[in-house]
Amino acid sequence: MQGLVPTATDGNMATEFHNLQELRHSASLANKVFIQRDYSEGTTCKFQTKFPSELESRIERTLFEDTVKTLNNYYAEAEKIGGQSYLEGCLACATAYLIFLCMETRYEKVLKKIAKYIQEQNEKIYAPRGLLITDPIERGMRVIEISIYEDRGSSGSSSGSSSVSGSTAR
Amino acid sequence: MSQIHHAALDQQQHQQQPGQYNQICTRSSSSSTPAAATEGTEPSSCPGQRNRIPRRKWQVFPGRNRFYCNGRIMMARQTGVFYLTLVLILLTSGLFFTFDCPFLASNLTPAIPVVGGVLFFFVMGMLFRASFSDPGVLPRATPDEAADLERQIDSSGCSRPPPRTREVLINGQTVKLKYCFTCKIFRPPRASHCSLCDNCVERFDHHCPWVGNCVGRRNYRFFYLFIVSLSFFTIFIFAFVITHVILRSNRTGFLSALKDSPVVVCFFSVWSIVGLSGFHTYLISSNQTTNEDIKGSWSTKRSKDNYNPYSYGNILTNCCAALCGPLPPSLIDRRGLIRSDTPQTTSQSNGTSGSSYASTQLHSHKVGGGPHHLWLCTPE
Repeated sequence: MQGLVPTATDGNMATEFHNLQELRHSASLANKVFIQRDYSEGTTCKFQTKFPSELESRIERTLFEDTVKTLNNYYAEAEKIGGQSYLEGCLACATAYLIFLCMETRYEKVLKKIAKYIQEQNEKIYAPRGLLITDPIERGMRVIEISIYEDRGSSGSSSGSSSVSGSTAR
Repeated sequence: MSQIHHAALDQQQHQQQPGQYNQICTRSSSSSTPAAATEGTEPSSCPGQRNRIPRRKWQVFPGRNRFYCNGRIMMARQTGVFYLTLVLILLTSGLFFTFDCPFLASNLTPAIPVVGGVLFFFVMGMLFRASFSDPGVLPRATPDEAADLERQIDSSGCSRPPPRTREVLINGQTVKLKYCFTCKIFRPPRASHCSLCDNCVERFDHHCPWVGNCVGRRNYRFFYLFIVSLSFFTIFIFAFVITHVILRSNRTGFLSALKDSPVVVCFFSVWSIVGLSGFHTYLISSNQTTNEDIKGSWSTKRSKDNYNPYSYGNILTNCCAALCGPLPPSLIDRRGLIRSDTPQTTSQSNGTSGSSYASTQLHSHKVGGGPHHLWLCTPE
């Protein structure tokens, strides 16, 4: 349960989380925004930096653009063709690719960095604004999925009421 | 149950943070091991879920693929020709190593079986890598993503029916992206849907029955190295078998020497394999796929100013990029565990008995509205 950030804002039984699923549903999902790929420079992974109108009331344009640009830089680093990738490729080929049994590829290293970066951005910037970025690797690198959540208190969604009814039933 | 509640409350006290929305979990679903552990310690959330081994994503994979070794190995459904390839290679090299090698080693040099052995292991290694790995399958769209695309298509097109293509400009060349009705996505440039495996594959080259897999972005280099090393191997065998026959015929006569050597098999396979590796060397040096070459996508016959937008401009860079470029990761996470809140696109499954369970569970989860469903299942 480490890394989850539950709160007891309204102090009722609804904040009794007993697993991750419930936590994810504790604020109701209102909408999802998909940032599409930008293919203008070929098939290397790059996302459009165009600001989606759905996020206008939620987050500053510069913060969003910073995130996407940083992600694009990470992917560019992972897919860069240069001395290091040639060296890695030749070494791997010479060992019949057995070297990757005991070594990570550069791409995998960068993907770990990206996962960490997204986690960090979510915690610092996006989650307090009711947004959540999904790592593009989980969506086949086609889109950056941004989930927009609505506060449970204001919308009075079913998840809160069902939790209450569940706990009283016990 | 109560212990877990307790732990959750403890966490709340420790990690309380200001803000309006911070009850949202910022963990991505792939790195949710702590949560999975919690689910494991929970007595049972559903009576039917008791003692169930967690299912992996390959078991509900929607494409027509075969998986072995708990998802580590991925192949196409028809693997008959792959076994033929295996038998041909093993038979030829087996004959060479048992009948020719002892004679050549004692009469010429013991380096011959050593070099032959190294080549043989490289060929087999590359064949298995090409056959058993994910060719670069694009996962199908989640229901939300598909719905979003539908909305975009409906709103953008004023003509009816709205066009299911998109045009993008890649390095100054207009490329049409087609909508894939099976995967519910606009296929990225160079991707194509393999009708045999029922998957969209990135940088799709062709479906190769000989290696029993699609050849795409992730295994093209293995495929290329396989055919190149195989052509070297067959030339090697062919050359030394002829040497053997010539040396033998000096002593015993031509016909009896010809009897026990794989010279005939080699003679036919040499030309086709060398030809194929020549063709793929040409493709690699111009950074094209077989698919694009057959369609003539970048041929100047189509229009005068047609060119390949993916080429780096010189042969050497194209070769290095194809063979020594970064190795992209698999996008389908086939060994990942299925979590009930992860949206899965299960139209067809490979599993046998449990797959229907997974899809119904997902369905009921959707209908039940998440936590509600879980609460109903709790037997307390």
